[in-house]
Amino acid sequence: MNLKIALFGIAREIVGQSVLEVSAPEGQSAQGLLHDLHARYPALAGLSSLAVAVNNEYAAADTLLQERDEIALIPPVSGG
Amino acid sequence: MIHIDLTDQPIDVPAALRSVEADGAGAINTFIGTVRNKSTGRPVVRLEYEAYDSMALHQLRKVAEQAAEQWPMVENITVIHRKGTLHIGDVAVVVAVSTPHRAESFVACQYIIDTLKQVVTIWKKEFYEDGDVWVAAHP
Repeated sequence: MNLKIALFGIAREIVGQSVLEVSAPEGQSAQGLLHDLHARYPALAGLSSLAVAVNNEYAAADTLLQERDEIALIPPVSGG
Repeated sequence: MIHIDLTDQPIDVPAALRSVEADGAGAINTFIGTVRNKSTGRPVVRLEYEAYDSMALHQLRKVAEQAAEQWPMVENITVIHRKGTLHIGDVAVVVAVSTPHRAESFVACQYIIDTLKQVVTIWKKEFYEDGDVWVAAHP
């Protein structure tokens, strides 16, 4: 399946684009996606934290991703 | 009543305060976050806030709802956050809470701003004379 991942802040700068399309096996988890992205973009591992959001909620590591989900990478937030 | 906004326009602070007025409120507590001229001793020229809008609005509302649940006497809550380019002294965020008595207005307001900083998908980049940094990105 193909996943579209929205990128923000420093994650967007590391990857070099604001939306990333990746092909992933069916049943890919949030943790599995992070693992793959760390392999492709090693600089992501230097961040204080990196979360996956699915449909505007923080996803648990074992959350299964689906093609229709709105997926985003969430580097450390710094609002306020 | 809960009012949430994320805007690239200057925040109208008096209007934000008026928005939480209520006949049953004896207290209105406000937090106003402004842009400081230094960060860990380094002069700051400007800030840029980037937001994942749909999630930021959703999470802001959740934080305000949690506060209203935890302190059920809360009358009204308004949270407004800026995005885009801000300069020294600009208002970055306003949290206003009205309650019948003052004690709960203080704790609810502090809960909202503290939790906002932990969960809401907004990112701050600081610009200095000689570079820029995404705040909190690296250990």
